[in-house]
Amino acid sequence: MPTYVNPDKCDGCKALDRPACFYICPSDIMVLDPALGKAFNREPDLCWECYSCVKTCPQSAIDMRGYNDVVPLGASLTPLRGTDSIIWTVRYRNGQTKRFKYAIRTTPWGSIEPYEHSPAPEPGALKTQALYAESRYLGVPQLPLVARQPQA
Amino acid sequence: MAFEPETELVECDVLIVGGGMAGTGAAFEAAYWAREKGLRVVIVEKAAMERSGAVAMGLSAINCYMGMKWGENQPEDFVRYVRNDLMGLSREDLVYDIARHVDGTVHMFEEWGLPIFKTEDGRYKREGRWQVMIHGESYKPIVAEAAKKAVGDGNLYERVFVSHLLLDADDPGRVAGAVGFSVRDPKIYVFKARAVVCCAGGATNVFRPRATGEGLGRIWYAVWNTGSVYSLMIQAGAEMTQMEHRVVVARFKDGYGPVGMWFLLFKAVSKNAYGEEIEKTRAHELLEWAPYGNVRPIPTPLRNHLMLNDIKAGRGPHYLRTDEALQKMFADAQNDPRKIREIEADAWEDFLDMTMSQALLWASENIDPAKTASEIILTEPYLMGSHASACGAWVSGPEDVAPKEYFWGYNRMTTIKGLFAAGDGVGASAHKFSSGSFTEGRLAGKGAVAFLADHPGRPRIDDARVEWLKSALYAPFGTFETHKGLSTREELNPHYLFPKQAMLRLQKTMDEYCAGPGSYYMTNEPTLLRGLELMKFYREDLQRLAARDLHDLLRCWELWDRTWCAESHMRHILFRQETRWPGYYYRGDYPKLDEQNWKAFVNSRYDAATGEWHLQKKPYVALIP
Repeated sequence: MPTYVNPDKCDGCKALDRPACFYICPSDIMVLDPALGKAFNREPDLCWECYSCVKTCPQSAIDMRGYNDVVPLGASLTPLRGTDSIIWTVRYRNGQTKRFKYAIRTTPWGSIEPYEHSPAPEPGALKTQALYAESRYLGVPQLPLVARQPQA
Repeated sequence: MAFEPETELVECDVLIVGGGMAGTGAAFEAAYWAREKGLRVVIVEKAAMERSGAVAMGLSAINCYMGMKWGENQPEDFVRYVRNDLMGLSREDLVYDIARHVDGTVHMFEEWGLPIFKTEDGRYKREGRWQVMIHGESYKPIVAEAAKKAVGDGNLYERVFVSHLLLDADDPGRVAGAVGFSVRDPKIYVFKARAVVCCAGGATNVFRPRATGEGLGRIWYAVWNTGSVYSLMIQAGAEMTQMEHRVVVARFKDGYGPVGMWFLLFKAVSKNAYGEEIEKTRAHELLEWAPYGNVRPIPTPLRNHLMLNDIKAGRGPHYLRTDEALQKMFADAQNDPRKIREIEADAWEDFLDMTMSQALLWASENIDPAKTASEIILTEPYLMGSHASACGAWVSGPEDVAPKEYFWGYNRMTTIKGLFAAGDGVGASAHKFSSGSFTEGRLAGKGAVAFLADHPGRPRIDDARVEWLKSALYAPFGTFETHKGLSTREELNPHYLFPKQAMLRLQKTMDEYCAGPGSYYMTNEPTLLRGLELMKFYREDLQRLAARDLHDLLRCWELWDRTWCAESHMRHILFRQETRWPGYYYRGDYPKLDEQNWKAFVNSRYDAATGEWHLQKKPYVALIP
């Protein structure tokens, strides 16, 4: 369902150093039209409908229209993503509406401390099979080791 | 467009190509072992790492988790499952290695903030034997946060597309770095590295998808995964394995929404248009694929095989009976409105976490899954190493587990010294999914640092090769400028092709000659040879790819990646004279499984100096009884 941009809402992210959709799009298809000062989808048939741009747009200016060779018109699916949860509003072609809310993260954004449990490897550990702080995380006392089969 | 790009030289010790699940894992682990040694770890990513790779959109489940701490499964159990799903052929040392490490990775994800469903007794809630359910909308941003912090500021290069690996000017069997270009600025990057971990993605859009208009991009696997991980290593001369393998999956039709939760957790069944459960009515058809057809769960290709037989018999459409499954669940919950609401929320989350298109499609067709069943269909093939699929590089296994034939010094090192792979990039080791890919990235990242500890030297870059690549990379701009005035219509010019035009030609060839859905996944030797003839013209014409801007240029080089994958795939299928994975593809001239002659890996190596492909069998060694 390719994205499209509502020209009444899109302000080209003038306040940012680059448009948010342009920065995030994994397929490199959201781009600013320099004449209009607004974003657009330059390659709808290579849009995976991942909603990354929709979720990140500070103006909520981006929406989806189901791909025109497959999907009947008239429905919509709209996310509202917060810091710890996301709310999805599903509007059916026949007008029915559903709303769902899901958790997205249990810790504050930016709170990961990558190596807090083992700041430096133990001497000699580079030559072992152990990964970073693995004894803490694995959940069993030892890394499993299968007995090698006798070889023919 | 500027035709004289500037060049930026980046010197590092470990270069990680691709920042998806494998690449973030490699970055996280490599940086840990590298930092006390003062080594620089750099990640290069063609998009923004926060939303890149196959998990960019999110996921609703982690499909590779043993649960060893609760005694749920042991790594040996997983190896047996994967071996059978792959119809006997897996590098069991690699599969075992992922399985024994993966739980630690998942526990770390949870600590970082990934919400995982829990049961009342505090265990992870299982969707199936190997799957745990997650609220995974932000799975990738969470993992990317860890990887960014791990490598530190200034070591992440985003919007840079890596097109070629560089080899040591003094030793063509050793990696020396990579070359790529910015998709934002007129700039070419030369990365000098002592070790490289190839973590880019598998290949989509090599085959013609079922929708070919605007829906060309609505495919099951991530449309931006263009097979770079294979193309880079093939061209560098790394030995590849199982490139004849592929994945074809049954998914909700047109939206390609996931079905795992419906089948495994909700116990939904699929039926044909006449109400037949084909896995029962056609069960006898599995017997000719013994011993693998006798085992449950039915291997993925054999499930496809039954459905294909039913489609060919005119018994479709096929439906996943969401209606029957939900009504039974509602009844089991005594129609308690609160419980019904919970079940419905779980059902929709499966799509809303990872395939929103399917939710929009339901809404567009007024489908209430509790009342209406939904069609399922087989996808076009994808080349991957992380799902029920085994394409990739032939790599060394772990020292303490790998049979001697499968070990050459460093875990996950390819046959090129200093070049490591993970995720979609490692072959003969399927069912890694997101957690296993990250785990394999960790193993490769540590392997790379271990290699550097033993190899203190710095390889030498061949400057002439770099200069040649720099001019080749920007050639599509010159092609367009030179010829654009020779037609009044930009898209219609006898002197060049735009990448989308050429991609459609590749897809047509692959669909018709290399067992795509349009050919009911069937091919044979004459058909493949004819396809290779057409591929020769096509490859020559790719020299005339045209680009108007950096976005076009990105698509040109992505298409080269897809093309290398396609050719490798064709040649491997031609070499393997049997049908090992019915439902993935069939050799009409060798329609049966041939355990006697072909219970072996097929490996290939491309020789860039001669342009020749060398294929050979490699023995399968069992690890787990």
